[in-house]
Amino acid sequence: MAERELLRFLTAGSVDDGKSTLIGRLLHDTRSIFEDQFASVRAASAAAGNNGYIDFALVTDGLRAEREQGITIDVAYRYFSTPRRKFIIADAPGHQQYTRNMATAASTASAAVLLIDARKGVLPQTRRHAAIAWLLGIRNFAVAVNKMDLVGFDERVFRKIEQDFLAFLAALDGAGAYFIPTCSIDGDNVVERSTRIPWFDGATLLEYLETVPVASHARFDRLRFPVQYVIRSQPRRYAGQLASGVLRPGDQVRVLPSGRTTTVAAVRIGEREVDAAFPPLSAAIELADDLDIGRGDIIASANDSPAVSRRFTATLLWLNDQPLETGKPYLLKHTTRQVCASVTRVSAVLNPSTLAREQTDQLSLNEFGEVEIETHQPLYFDPYAENRATGGFIVIDPLRNHTLAVGMIASPAAPAEQAPGAGAGLTVWFTGLSSAGKSTISKAVHEKLWAMGHKVEWLDGDIVRQHLNKGLGFSKEDRDENVRRIGFVAELLTRNGVITLVSAISPYRAIRGEIRARIGSFLEVYVHAPLEVCEQRDLKGIYRRARAGEMRGVTGIDDPYEPPLSPDVECRTDRETPAESVKRVLDAIQGWLTRRNP
Amino acid sequence: MFETSHLDALEAESIFIMREVAAEFARPAMLYSIGKDSSVLLRLAQKAFAPAPLPFPLIHIDTTYKFREMIEFRDRTCAALGVRLIAHTNRAAIENGANPFDLGVSKCCSLLKTRALLDALKEHRVEAAIGGARREEERSRAKERIFSLRDSFGQWDPRHQRPEFWNLFNPRIDSGETMRVFPLSNWTELDIWRYIERENIPVVPLYFAKERDVLVRNGQLIPVEHNPPLAPGEAPQRILCRMRTLGCTYCTGAIRSSADTVPKIIAELEQAVRSERENRIIDHDRDGSMELKKREGYF
Repeated sequence: MAERELLRFLTAGSVDDGKSTLIGRLLHDTRSIFEDQFASVRAASAAAGNNGYIDFALVTDGLRAEREQGITIDVAYRYFSTPRRKFIIADAPGHQQYTRNMATAASTASAAVLLIDARKGVLPQTRRHAAIAWLLGIRNFAVAVNKMDLVGFDERVFRKIEQDFLAFLAALDGAGAYFIPTCSIDGDNVVERSTRIPWFDGATLLEYLETVPVASHARFDRLRFPVQYVIRSQPRRYAGQLASGVLRPGDQVRVLPSGRTTTVAAVRIGEREVDAAFPPLSAAIELADDLDIGRGDIIASANDSPAVSRRFTATLLWLNDQPLETGKPYLLKHTTRQVCASVTRVSAVLNPSTLAREQTDQLSLNEFGEVEIETHQPLYFDPYAENRATGGFIVIDPLRNHTLAVGMIASPAAPAEQAPGAGAGLTVWFTGLSSAGKSTISKAVHEKLWAMGHKVEWLDGDIVRQHLNKGLGFSKEDRDENVRRIGFVAELLTRNGVITLVSAISPYRAIRGEIRARIGSFLEVYVHAPLEVCEQRDLKGIYRRARAGEMRGVTGIDDPYEPPLSPDVECRTDRETPAESVKRVLDAIQGWLTRRNP
Repeated sequence: MFETSHLDALEAESIFIMREVAAEFARPAMLYSIGKDSSVLLRLAQKAFAPAPLPFPLIHIDTTYKFREMIEFRDRTCAALGVRLIAHTNRAAIENGANPFDLGVSKCCSLLKTRALLDALKEHRVEAAIGGARREEERSRAKERIFSLRDSFGQWDPRHQRPEFWNLFNPRIDSGETMRVFPLSNWTELDIWRYIERENIPVVPLYFAKERDVLVRNGQLIPVEHNPPLAPGEAPQRILCRMRTLGCTYCTGAIRSSADTVPKIIAELEQAVRSERENRIIDHDRDGSMELKKREGYF
């Protein structure tokens, strides 16, 4: 049998619009309720004295509290199929108190069925549901104007509601709606065409669901493969689910945050090697080079990487009783990364009925607003409108573990930070122990590049500490700050087309990785000589003073040096001459420039 | 181009969920009940972590009232795949005489399954337990999140579930709390059998029709393996039947069927008018009984 398409859709509406009844009808009239389940619903309806009517809501309201109160509290997922399609219904609660559950249902749906009680018309909650669904990316709406029997099947009532809703929908860019008059308790226009509504000859709800485009949110053009799990095999396999793009053996890819490029050696689904993997498949890949890659990294197209930034703007739907607090430490989960973050500014709250922006600095339960967020480590993202999987995130309370909010990234915060590979310049970062030879080599490289006519700048750690970073000490925090400031200057220069040489001990791997991710166009040079050799050279006398106990926090003696795991160039200055080292660095720069401008 | 079949999409989602558990929790485990869903779960786990061994053990809650063929299948499967199995039984309750015939199925289930499960999770300090439950099976399961939090007593609070967006699961728990994770949430019974067919996954032979000795009670076919007490004049009959779900012998009714191959089972299910768990006696002892058991910590 040929595989059928799958449509995931959401049903939403206000309390008592008859939503659960409509779903019960849909399931019953497509023969998707089993006889024994139907018998128990019929028995419960009779026990409740429902005048011979069958209470179809009893099929979907799965919790005792829901049946006791006659309301839907949480999303229920239902499964049915017709010869044309398979369907997953996410039946969302109508009560405003349970908006977070409604949003949960919307996040995985590609169409929405909104119910409106013909007697009540378009309610604030109807607009709120439509707005949330739209913010989460749903563009196809079916509007069931229900309980038509209670308004005498009057076409004017139907047309008025249609007009009202269309007026609101105009604010939702790209959204389209299809209107159906229904009476779900009797099944009119749900699956079977109504004989009581002769003025309506459009498709029934089921016909609509069988033909509405299955909006695919996945794109196949830009590769985004968030690394979810590293399988320790030989060679290592990087596992994850394709967010977008296609992975094929032989593809050139860029790994973030390291910014390194490499080649895909093999693509697998389980044990099986495949020619290509694409969304929504879960794959495992092998790479040609042995790089340091972990969970939370992202493998992207070599020439079209995501934005890299610690600051961005987003739309946030707040889901917790405790309002948002700017500046408060939160956790943010984005793709397979979890980072510390805070909201730096609430710029507007969106009116749920009009989506108009209203000035505010507050965000409370069930409100959505535009905010600016700052994270402690950079995120690699695309705008949510372009890529659901790399543009969505959740906010978690680090103390109580609640999911506080769901967010959709709009764009990197101004000033725009360029993606790796986009800048015209290059940063060449020399790291290594004191007296390993960083300044000697970088100075010589600087002279050569200058002589060749390149725009080139040299930032030496010792010199920078005398002005820009004057006053910083040698604690872990101060060392990181020192490197971060140098990185910032390097980033500005690189963005403006300068080849920037940095020579700094920069002992910590994490901060080097962070800078590399920010700049993107980056070569790491490990200037490497064993500690004994450096100590023998001791150009500045610091090892002697450290050994004599006159100086503390000296890298290699009583403060750690974390060597690069996969440097672009490694200069063994104890085994090669400075001229040999300089040549190898220049070759790497030349190679990089050639790849950039072939 | 780039089309994904329904089964491929379900497989990808399940594999993602399992990898998420392995990445986020220090001590995960997989609850293995030996049934068809567990068999699919096991195959998906192998695919998720290949070629490495599974990064978690299997836990089987053995009530001692399981079918002999189930235990044989379990031991054969674990040996063949080289997976670590923890079989846990509530010995104290059994020594105190717990059995479904004297205690009633509800109390028996509470002691030999729910209590045993909670004890096993505690003993092995399991933080996240992967289970094979599907939302389609039962209406309270239809409400459950994929990552479902349990408090320090193993209880589910269905009124205060964490919202869950896309595939961004919130894995955070406090000490004592556990996470139950359901990679098969969106699979239907038919999906399971179609996948078993496609992937050629071995299942317990009890799923295939054969003439078996059963007691006929209120239309239910009760297996006689653990010698349930007979009513006066009652005697086992030989009936062509198969199991649609597997649990304890006394609580799992067979269905009349001649489907003795996977394709025949699929054909039978495509025409089915009765629900999958109709023959599970424990689900129906009172209204909302599955929800009540789940609140206590049952799967």
